[in-house]
Amino acid sequence: MKMRRSSKMNTLMGPLTFDDAKPEAGLRKSLELEPDDVLELMTESNLKGRGGAGFPTGAKWRLAAGADDEDKYVVCNADEGEPGTFKDRVLLAEYLDLVVEGMTIGAWAIGARHGVIYLRGEYSYLRSHLEAVLKRRREDNLLGCNIMGRLDFDFDVEVMMGAGAYVCGEETALIESMEGQRGEPRSRPPYPVTKGYLGHPTIINNVETFAWAACIIDRGAEWFREHGTQHSSGLKIFSVSGDCARPGVYEFPLGVTVEDVLREVGAPEAKAVQIGGAAGFTLPRSQFGRQIAYEDVPTGGSIIIFGKDRDMLKVAKNFLEFFADESCGQCTPCREGNRKLLEGIEMLERGECSMHYLRELCALGETMRLASKCGLGQTSPNPFLNTVEFFKDELIGRIDKTETD
Amino acid sequence: MLRTEQDVLRQDIVALADRLGRGRESLLPILQEVQRKYCTISDYAMQIIADELRIHPVEVYGVVTFYSFLDFRPKGRFVIRLCRTISCDMKEKNRVARQLENDLGIKFGQTTPDGKFTLEWANCIGMCDQGPAMLINEQVFTNVTPEGVHEILEGCRRVFGVHALERGGARR
Ligand SMILES: Cc1cc2nc3c(=O)[nH]c(=O)nc-3n(C[C@H](O)[C@H](O)[C@H](O)COP(=O)(O)O)c2cc1C
Ligand code: SF4
Repeated sequence: MKMRRSSKMNTLMGPLTFDDAKPEAGLRKSLELEPDDVLELMTESNLKGRGGAGFPTGAKWRLAAGADDEDKYVVCNADEGEPGTFKDRVLLAEYLDLVVEGMTIGAWAIGARHGVIYLRGEYSYLRSHLEAVLKRRREDNLLGCNIMGRLDFDFDVEVMMGAGAYVCGEETALIESMEGQRGEPRSRPPYPVTKGYLGHPTIINNVETFAWAACIIDRGAEWFREHGTQHSSGLKIFSVSGDCARPGVYEFPLGVTVEDVLREVGAPEAKAVQIGGAAGFTLPRSQFGRQIAYEDVPTGGSIIIFGKDRDMLKVAKNFLEFFADESCGQCTPCREGNRKLLEGIEMLERGECSMHYLRELCALGETMRLASKCGLGQTSPNPFLNTVEFFKDELIGRIDKTETD
Repeated sequence: MLRTEQDVLRQDIVALADRLGRGRESLLPILQEVQRKYCTISDYAMQIIADELRIHPVEVYGVVTFYSFLDFRPKGRFVIRLCRTISCDMKEKNRVARQLENDLGIKFGQTTPDGKFTLEWANCIGMCDQGPAMLINEQVFTNVTPEGVHEILEGCRRVFGVHALERGGARR
């Protein structure tokens, strides 16, 4: 199994596959191809979005390519806000050229002239680096007019800054935010591929997705599919944090088991692992044999490890506080539901929750999954429901700390 | 001729609109600049921005109140945002929080009376492998220890009298 790791601020301890990428090889190859062939390659590679939802990238690009509009947009989602996720920060700091190369390939494939990197406000310190790289690429004729001498290809990228709102990572909220609105998710359809930024067809992809796209065009769809499982092709970058010896950024093929990951990062005593961020799955030891892949345990790349002494109720509480705070408040199940679940956790903490009420809270969680408008509300009950499912013995009949002290 | 603070603010905003544009998509960039320079977005600023962009001030207010990095209440020159999300939480961010409160003499959500520091919580700032982590304006601090807090604050205080604003955004 291939495993690569990076650590420290942004200094890599071991190289990622992205280190082997020949500069601009993917872009050069794609400009020798027709846009349609690029789309074909992307579809063949079976690359799925690395931002969490896992939508096939080739299909997304094809939809935007088919849309009839003079103006199209390529947006790089660098709003990385999912608790436990930081791989995009490392990619932006260390592999930005590859990311922008991927965006440029996307632009060629769908016929876009404008690109935007939407950078979260918390990463403002990366902005000057982004601007500098974009400027150098313009000077090198890798952005701007007639890229690489192709008279029929103009594309440029600008940076837009977020301002501290997790929900803006949701693609339609991101568009609202880019348009100067409150970052409230829209109803879909229409999807951004048909009606995105300023009403124009827009592809929105995760930072990592663009980097892989550049690698795929250079090395071929076959190469990518050699890694991973049948339904989850390729390699994936993971952000590993929590109770382990070696936190940091790792690369694993999809399909890797939780056990394998824990061994690599040095967490033999783990009691539970949170995969896919706060909205993802919390797995107990009995589930460590499961695979991290779209068909089993999907992820945007976050792995948070909980050691044997962690209080899982406290963990669930931390997540729910996050969601209650970050809910945009637009729809009731999410706005009120997260607060109710949080209150429920506080009742459990005090040892005041009846089994009957706990069941009602779980039913509320199910309602939120079904009735919320966007992914935030649809997934925010997960940590609560998972904790009830797998760690019930820790929740029920607790003694209030202040009583025993 | 006497130039009031309001005149200066107005001229600044007009200049920003000239530079960044007057379309709706320029609203956030303009607000971010005003916040950076004035540490707040006052009612008056919102009104001027609305006039420049030809939208209702309530629209501006709606946006300002949505984003946690924008605020109509005055903030300190240095806004300290300590991450409270799970990985930093497990790395004992509470001890760092306590020491920040002790050394600044304020609670979370408050600003020091001299207007220098605001203390806030942040949700995950993407430094989970190096917690506890915090942002001070645009600068990031990782593996913060309770005893290290004092030196970090002193570093901020030394900046005063020089060019607090410019230096506040410098990279570490
Ligand atoms: C609440 C919420 C937050 C999200 N945050 C991010 C994010 O920070 N980065 C990201 O790439 N995708 C995020 N997404 C997923 C995006 O909506 C979108 O699916 C993704 O950017 C598409 O890119 P991909 O197909 O390359 O993964 C978020 C979704 C939701 C519901
Ligand atoms: S689910 Fe939550 S975050 Fe999403 S639109 Fe509804 S209130 Fe907003």
